[in-house]
Amino acid sequence: MSTPVMDKEERAAKAAADHLITATFRIRRFNPEISAEASWEDFRIEIDPKERVLDALHKIKWEVDGTLTFRRSCAHGICGSDAMRINGRNRLACKTLIKDLSPSKPISVEAIKGLTVLKDLIVDMDPFFQAYRDVMPFLVTSGNEPTRERHQTAEDRERFDDTTKCILCAACTSSCPVFWNDGQYFGPAAIVNAHRFIFDSRDEAAEQRLEILNDKDGVWRCRTTFNCTDACPRGIEVTKAIQEVKRALITRRF
Amino acid sequence: MATDTETTGAGIPTDDTAGYSPDSPAPVIEPPRARTARTPKSTRTNFELYGWLFMRLSGILLFVLVLYHLLIQLVLDGGVTKIGFAFVAGRWASPFWQTWDLVMLWLAMLHGGNGLRTIINDYAERDNTRMWLKMLLYTATVFTVLLGTLVIFTFDPDIR
Ligand code: HEM
Ligand code: FES
Repeated sequence: MSTPVMDKEERAAKAAADHLITATFRIRRFNPEISAEASWEDFRIEIDPKERVLDALHKIKWEVDGTLTFRRSCAHGICGSDAMRINGRNRLACKTLIKDLSPSKPISVEAIKGLTVLKDLIVDMDPFFQAYRDVMPFLVTSGNEPTRERHQTAEDRERFDDTTKCILCAACTSSCPVFWNDGQYFGPAAIVNAHRFIFDSRDEAAEQRLEILNDKDGVWRCRTTFNCTDACPRGIEVTKAIQEVKRALITRRF
Repeated sequence: MATDTETTGAGIPTDDTAGYSPDSPAPVIEPPRARTARTPKSTRTNFELYGWLFMRLSGILLFVLVLYHLLIQLVLDGGVTKIGFAFVAGRWASPFWQTWDLVMLWLAMLHGGNGLRTIINDYAERDNTRMWLKMLLYTATVFTVLLGTLVIFTFDPDIR
């Protein structure tokens, strides 16, 4: 009597696993306490291809190797913690579906480039945020505080709408070959966030920000490679924003 | 002092597992953009702006100058085989071609020189290497521009 029940359970178990595939995650590991060299390590796991790379990293960390180290916070593409280089392109692990990465081949996962790797997929973000701070990413005004909101027309708001979407994940800056070279270039993200205020009608420090970006490591180092636009997980037209800052500098001068 | 050489961070296949521990970690790499005493001050000039504009404006002019130059020299009237002392002497007899070549020389050298300056800034990793490469570049640029200008103005078709 028990055999048919067993069969049914087995079938149920088999059906439950039917949607799973075996995928290989080739992860760039680095642990300075063990070795000065980074190396690739393969993890073969069973996973639903409709899951995201972040889910795979969780599965590996929680079930296979607890030493795997990476950042994530919101897990929903808002906080910008988990930008990494997946199959050679900068993306958010939490917004990248495994099925979109041709998982029949090994999926490579490594830290974003151009910033010092601290451990596994974690880089030192300080230089990135230093460049961000350098462009004064805050509202600067003079005169008395208004008692109500600072008004702005819908068109004025639209002017910089695209650059308000930045989540500071560093996918753009760490995809830029000029930033890779010596890391002194402000980088696309800092320029995007300067753009956010330069073109805000309520702000009064556009001149100062333009002056900062007019210097040696400012917008003129941009070579228009569009890597940043391709990398942005929020779909910001980064290269266009940079070019609008260049244009503002030129028209200010002539 | 850690006497236990076994590492606990398992699973990383490395050829070199010796040396580093929490007490003696791998050397820290100086992060880029960190503010150090050697960080250059902001210059507050428009040099890079003018450089960027110059690349685009000279590019447009070079497009015409160089393409037409190549056409005359290499394609029309029997191609390269016609080029000789007499051909050059004939063209430089006209102030028009003298000016053409002079402008092309200066624009191409400054355009190419500034382009290489950009590339050196990008790729040289050490300050010293960068400085010497740029010195070499500037010397070569100035030398070529001056020599070319001298030849265009002092060219003597009757030299023997
Ligand atoms: C056909 C005419 C030309 C046009 C339209 C043109 C245009 C340009 C432009 C717009 C740039 C700047 C690229 C950037 O900032 O990303 C550039 C860079 C450069 N150009 Fe030209 N150029 C021309 C001819 C030449 C010639 C004749 C030379 C050599 C003497 C030259 C050498 C360079 C170099 C070395 C660079 C730097 C490359 C780089 O930034 O990656 N160009 N060119
Ligand atoms: S974890 Fe927050 S953006 Fe991906």
